[in-house]
Amino acid sequence: MISTNRTLSASSQSPRSPSSQPPYLSVSVTDPVKLGNGVQAYISYRVITKTNFPEYQGPEKIVIRRYSDFVWLRDRLFEKYKGIFIPPLPEKSAVEKFRFSAEFIEMRRQALDIFVNRIASHHALQQSEDLRTFLQADEETMERLRAHETGIFKKPSDLMQIFKDVQSKVSDVVLGKEKPVEESDPEYEKLKHYIFELENHLAEAQKHAYRLVKRHRELGQSLSDFGKAVKLLGACEGNSLGKAFSELGAKSETLSVKLQKEAHQLLMNFEEPLKDYVRAVQSIKATITERANAFRRQCELTETIKLKEINLNKLSLIRSDKVGEAEMEYNELKAESEEATRLFESIVRLMNEELVQFQERKTLDMGIAFNEFARGQARLANGIADAWRSLLPKLEACSST
Amino acid sequence: MMCIEETNLHESREEMESLILDDSSNGQSHSGAKVAPNHDDPLLSSSSSFMDPQNPNSISILSSHASFNAFLDPPSYAEAIFTSFDSSSNGHDQTPLFSSSSSNPRSSDYLQISVSDPQKEQELSNSLVPGGTTYYTYLITTRTSLPEFGGSGSEYSVRRRFKDVVTLSDRLSESYRGFFIPLRPDKSVVESQVMAKQEFVEQRRVSLEKYLRRLAAHPVIRRSEELRVFLEAKGKLPLPKSVDVASRVIDGAARLPRQLLGEEAIDVNEVAQPAKGGRDLLRMFRELKQAVSNDWGSAKPVVVEEDKWFLEKKEKLMEFEQELSNVSQQAESLVKAQQDMGETMGELGLAFVKLTKFETEEAVFDSQRERAGDMKNVATAAVKSSRLYRELNGQTVKHLEKLHEYLGIMLAVNNAFSDRSSALLTVQTLSSDLASLHLKIEKLEAASAKIFGGDRSRLRRIEELKETVRATEDAKICAVREYERIKENIRSELERHDKERHDDFMSMLRGFVVNQAGYAEKMANVWETLAEETNAYVKDGS
Repeated sequence: MISTNRTLSASSQSPRSPSSQPPYLSVSVTDPVKLGNGVQAYISYRVITKTNFPEYQGPEKIVIRRYSDFVWLRDRLFEKYKGIFIPPLPEKSAVEKFRFSAEFIEMRRQALDIFVNRIASHHALQQSEDLRTFLQADEETMERLRAHETGIFKKPSDLMQIFKDVQSKVSDVVLGKEKPVEESDPEYEKLKHYIFELENHLAEAQKHAYRLVKRHRELGQSLSDFGKAVKLLGACEGNSLGKAFSELGAKSETLSVKLQKEAHQLLMNFEEPLKDYVRAVQSIKATITERANAFRRQCELTETIKLKEINLNKLSLIRSDKVGEAEMEYNELKAESEEATRLFESIVRLMNEELVQFQERKTLDMGIAFNEFARGQARLANGIADAWRSLLPKLEACSST
Repeated sequence: MMCIEETNLHESREEMESLILDDSSNGQSHSGAKVAPNHDDPLLSSSSSFMDPQNPNSISILSSHASFNAFLDPPSYAEAIFTSFDSSSNGHDQTPLFSSSSSNPRSSDYLQISVSDPQKEQELSNSLVPGGTTYYTYLITTRTSLPEFGGSGSEYSVRRRFKDVVTLSDRLSESYRGFFIPLRPDKSVVESQVMAKQEFVEQRRVSLEKYLRRLAAHPVIRRSEELRVFLEAKGKLPLPKSVDVASRVIDGAARLPRQLLGEEAIDVNEVAQPAKGGRDLLRMFRELKQAVSNDWGSAKPVVVEEDKWFLEKKEKLMEFEQELSNVSQQAESLVKAQQDMGETMGELGLAFVKLTKFETEEAVFDSQRERAGDMKNVATAAVKSSRLYRELNGQTVKHLEKLHEYLGIMLAVNNAFSDRSSALLTVQTLSSDLASLHLKIEKLEAASAKIFGGDRSRLRRIEELKETVRATEDAKICAVREYERIKENIRSELERHDKERHDDFMSMLRGFVVNQAGYAEKMANVWETLAEETNAYVKDGS
């Protein structure tokens, strides 16, 4: 399983905290239920929160949530906590007929559970108001909030961002800049390159892991078919040889079951973690984009301020009556610029912190996944060896008659 | 048979880059590709061939250190490992020289045959095609102690072409009706045009060798004159060639009028042969009419089947063939599934090798280096597992090949049953000939008696018919003898076949099971190692 701390110490302790217990926030996503009909059918989950955080309504709360609620939460966090690697969500639904298969539902439930718990154990994210809303609000409120987001422009901020992008492109042309401004930090360049390459490598590993699951299923199927055919042949033979065939056929069918089981384990405990790793890297890429945006904004504002300053000086020199207005504009811009710089710098700082955490956590996650993989394969191999070995004395008995 | 050599694998993380294999039993150290122990030495007697379950096999790792030196160049090492295995598993001749039931070389009646050295030769003249055509000959080397060949330790070498093999096969079919004669290799006319020459010739060489060895393994056929001549006689093969049906038809057509008039004497010995055409056209037409499908001797009601024993046997064998065919197909699927598993495991391993290399090169944090180490362990395990699957599959194919072989044998059995039913048809045809001849004679005698003083022409006719009756009666006696002979052949062959099948299949099953168990054990070791290497994450995991 993925490493998440279900009980942890919060970085900030409220002085009003009554209990002597360490603060905890623990969430579980359970009980997937299919609701609705036809095309509009969807899965709902029970989200159970247990906490002693003072900001929360009580020690335990249960709400019903669906996938798009989780998306809402992710988007809100992404907006508010720039620089932090927001935990990744499982993909939006797959092919229609697969959407309600037991395996897919279980995989998704597991991924959603991990998602929420990662947020709950992150020292900054766990303080989020949106998280509190997600964990506590009643279904109607949640629905309202969710609907609010699903316009063509999903969030007001998106709309603003588009305008800003256009604005900045225009000013780029005006200022004579052709290409977007980028940081020139060589270490950061290296990091970006690393992240992009990492995604490729991981995706390939995950692809083969998925194929390996399929291969297990195929081998299981062919062992089952082989076993049946051998049993029929045994029935034909009669005598002791026939018995030997029948035993072999039966064993083969038993092993087929083992293989199907292991295929499932492999999917949940090895392939999913790899997929999760890929998603996490994609989340980092999103943060990289945010950082680039923040950097660009900061640069633009700096440029714009310079111009404004020149303009202001010019105006005050000629004692124009527009000085007051210009000065106000200038001060506003100054504040914005400082804000932008603050934002950018905080993103840089956060990213550096997050990176350390990310690498450590991933080593742990992968270590566990590898261990599960190894155990599963060993279990399977031993099961196979035992099964065939147990057949040998029976074969000996058959051949001596 | 598997002789598993136990190898101790000394390995620690630091040594991973340059693995040293120590064979503790004889103190040698191997470097580079080590050829796997020879599994199939046919000269070894069949001792207990399954491994002691109490003694888990340690892994015999081949060229592992080469694979990690090739860390610098990931894609190629997989080939290096696999080809070293291919050569070791294919380098040894797979077809056993001796079948399980026949003699071992120390006894006094061995017959070893090998086919080699294909050479292209020019077709001599009288070909209608200008420029001539070419054909291939193969060197057939025989070592034998059979008395027919002139005593112990005789060696012979002759050159034969495929047409000679066809001739041999046809002559054997004629002489050994009722026997389960191994089927000769296909003519493969299409394949010979489509395949690359070298490949086709090699494929044919292998199949010829298999065929001749099967003949040599048959207790009766191996002593046949036809086979001896094929193996021994220098120069042109002194067996009557198979004439193509067209010319035989022309031959036969010329004699048809005389047969129709009943003037042609019936060669008594000819009835020992099925009427294949040519010389006994008339009988052939009659027999063909009566037995449209000769499948398993399932003749039309005209052939009266009285022999329940044969009927039952036939039915059981048909059922067996069906199920066997089914198992053979599923076995093919199983082999494919195992192969796919091995391939995907290998690809997974490769992906992790690349990841390891990447993380190692780009490492900024210690956690990355640690992870790179873990990934390398995963890569190792996956690659080893992949190799084991490949080996497992190679062995599985060899064991399950028996199934395919027996499908071929069933065809031979089918032929023998056909021999029987066509022999029966001959007997019954002659019986009905006799019946109608007697009827003719009666009529003539009755008619002749009405004429005072006798009817000279009719009397002459009656005498002729009586001659024919005598000849036909002799022919029928031959035919019956032949029929009984064939039945006896089938009976004894079935007995031999049943025993051989029992032994062969038992050993096939045992081999298959031992193989699966053995490789599963090896794989378990590989994964248990990885589990240990990554256990730390679970113990003090959060």
